[in-house]
Amino acid sequence: MNVIELQQLRFRWKGQSQDTLNIPELIVQQGEHAFLRGPSGSGKTTLLNLLAGILLPVEGDIKLLEQSTLKMNTKQRDCFRADHIGIIFQQFNLLPYLSMLDNVALPCHFSARRKQHAGAIQESAEQLLEHLKLDQKLRQRPVTELSVGQQQRVAVARALIGKPEIIIADEPTSALDSDARNDFIRLLFREAEAQGSTILFVSHDPHIAPHFPRIIELPEVNQA
Amino acid sequence: MILLKLTWHSLWNRRTSLMLTLLSIAISVALLLGVEYIRKEAKQSFMSTLSGTDLVVGARSGPVQLLLYSVFRIGNATNNISWNSYQHFADHKWVDWTVPISLGDSHKGYRVLGTNSDYFLHYRHADQRNLSFADGKSFAGVYEAVLGAEVARKLNYQIGSEIVLAHGAGSTSFSEHKNKPFTVTGILKPTGTPVDRTVHVTLEGIEAIHVDWKNGAPVPGFEIKAERAAKMALQPETITAFLVGLKTRATAFRLQREINEYSREPLLAALPGVALAELWRAIGQFETVLRIITVFVLIAGLLGMLTTLLSTLNERRREMAILRAVGAHPHHVFVLFLLEAFIIALLGSLLGMVLVSVSVLIAQPWVAAEYGLYLHTWWPQLTDWLLLLLVVGLALIFSTLPGWIASRRSLQDGLTVRI
Ligand SMILES: Nc1ncnc2c1ncn2[C@@H]1O[C@H](COP(=O)(O)OP(=O)(O)OP(=O)(O)O)[C@@H](O)[C@H]1O
Ligand SMILES: [Mg+2]
Repeated sequence: MNVIELQQLRFRWKGQSQDTLNIPELIVQQGEHAFLRGPSGSGKTTLLNLLAGILLPVEGDIKLLEQSTLKMNTKQRDCFRADHIGIIFQQFNLLPYLSMLDNVALPCHFSARRKQHAGAIQESAEQLLEHLKLDQKLRQRPVTELSVGQQQRVAVARALIGKPEIIIADEPTSALDSDARNDFIRLLFREAEAQGSTILFVSHDPHIAPHFPRIIELPEVNQA
Repeated sequence: MILLKLTWHSLWNRRTSLMLTLLSIAISVALLLGVEYIRKEAKQSFMSTLSGTDLVVGARSGPVQLLLYSVFRIGNATNNISWNSYQHFADHKWVDWTVPISLGDSHKGYRVLGTNSDYFLHYRHADQRNLSFADGKSFAGVYEAVLGAEVARKLNYQIGSEIVLAHGAGSTSFSEHKNKPFTVTGILKPTGTPVDRTVHVTLEGIEAIHVDWKNGAPVPGFEIKAERAAKMALQPETITAFLVGLKTRATAFRLQREINEYSREPLLAALPGVALAELWRAIGQFETVLRIITVFVLIAGLLGMLTTLLSTLNERRREMAILRAVGAHPHHVFVLFLLEAFIIALLGSLLGMVLVSVSVLIAQPWVAAEYGLYLHTWWPQLTDWLLLLLVVGLALIFSTLPGWIASRRSLQDGLTVRI
């Protein structure tokens, strides 16, 4: 199954004279974890925003899980994102005023589908945290007291809860040292594979690329 | 449900800075409710300055003027009324009791009121309360006086103190009745009415200090000693006004008409309730001003809240991006701000209510002891709840601005977490 399929996609920021993205075709299949690479300012984050349905292209088609998200209205797109996409940011992924468990459980409150997949939310969340090596003792602490690496792992648990088909990560390791980074990648892969989610991973870091079966060089697919 | 939880935790997380916003709303709500309460209490206390009296009768002028000088001791009577007229109506078949009032002298700025001991029996204020003595008893002799609470307190008089009355109402009157001092026999409890500022003496006392006077001045070389004056026939020829209590109130209007049409002397009978209401309308303008001021105070409080909400927009940008990423719609973001304003306004208003009722509870015993005013315990009335509704409604309207900005922004920011 094509998890991601872009056709004749063109995007231009408002007020700019040039397209930021012009991608004739890009397909990512299920389980084909992809590493998206490109220099700063090449439009990686912009592309992720388009995939997440937060930005809309000028032209072209975006199909996720073989459904065209552009045919949906705003609300349906938001629901689709909640149901099928787990997102990890570069940093500051967590709401400082919620506990670790509540942070992880957050997507289940906006998506009935993920809630259903998660079953008992509390237990699913705890299990994920366990797998991501965030033990009982850490869970009691306010999330603001966690190290950056620990915070990023909580973000992974949140992206994974409820088994969304797509995991989008925008430079999630850039604030981590190499040990923490390797740990992060290993755990992310293990858990994503375990539940059959496909990863789209953006990074500058050349050391990470070898972990991925598919590498997409944005400047090569982008004709803008 | 999750939105409520998010709002609550987010608010709690920012509690220190929000505390001030909450407090400013609480204070403005308390002011608004407090002013409304004071207005009601003031009106009620004013309207019950004189209760239990069915008619006030004096020389013909206006009812408000009559009330002003006979009850509030403000201004002077244009004319006196004759003792005969007073007797005529005192003996009227519908009349239960009358109390004569004779004004014109003063003591250190406080008005002196000549009357008889029926005054202490029949004069009623606030909810039919009687006058009662804090100390001593009613006057019996010609040169005896009963002081209102404030007079005794301010001038530091006790039972047995001697006081000298002055002719006229000014505090710097030069013509004093030095040769006929009065002894204080009683001090009244505070009433919160003009009674507190009055020196009460007998009608005979008033006559006695004026026997050797003519046309408002002592007759030179003609002085009658106090003891002799007291033994003279001291039937007053005129009094200033009198209060009437009827056997049944139903006859009030008919007697009023009869008095007003009395052919032997131009008299005026006023219904105290009607005249008090008229007087309140005249001086009650301040309530409108107070109300307007407090509405502005409230708006200032809400603007403070708006400022706080707007100033948190930037620091909460990240929060909104995270929520959007986990599936929140822009309208969820909007609702978050509305909920936040709702909670702040509601808690602020409730805190304001608590502030008012606690303040009143604290003030009650003190005001009662000091001013003789019996404050009603504050308890939210329908209008107060409506006010709370108004505050919360306004807060919601105000919060649509930051809510709208945040939801717009969350659309533009997308997955880029800006700090
Ligand atoms: N909100 C915006 N409004 C206008 N232009 C934007 C906006 N965001 C990004 N751009 C422009 O779009 C282009 C692509 O930006 P984008 O953030 O996608 O790059 P990137 O590949 O993610 O870079 P980096 O690796 O530094 O994160 C840049 O030229 C940038 O200036
Ligand atoms: Mg980027």
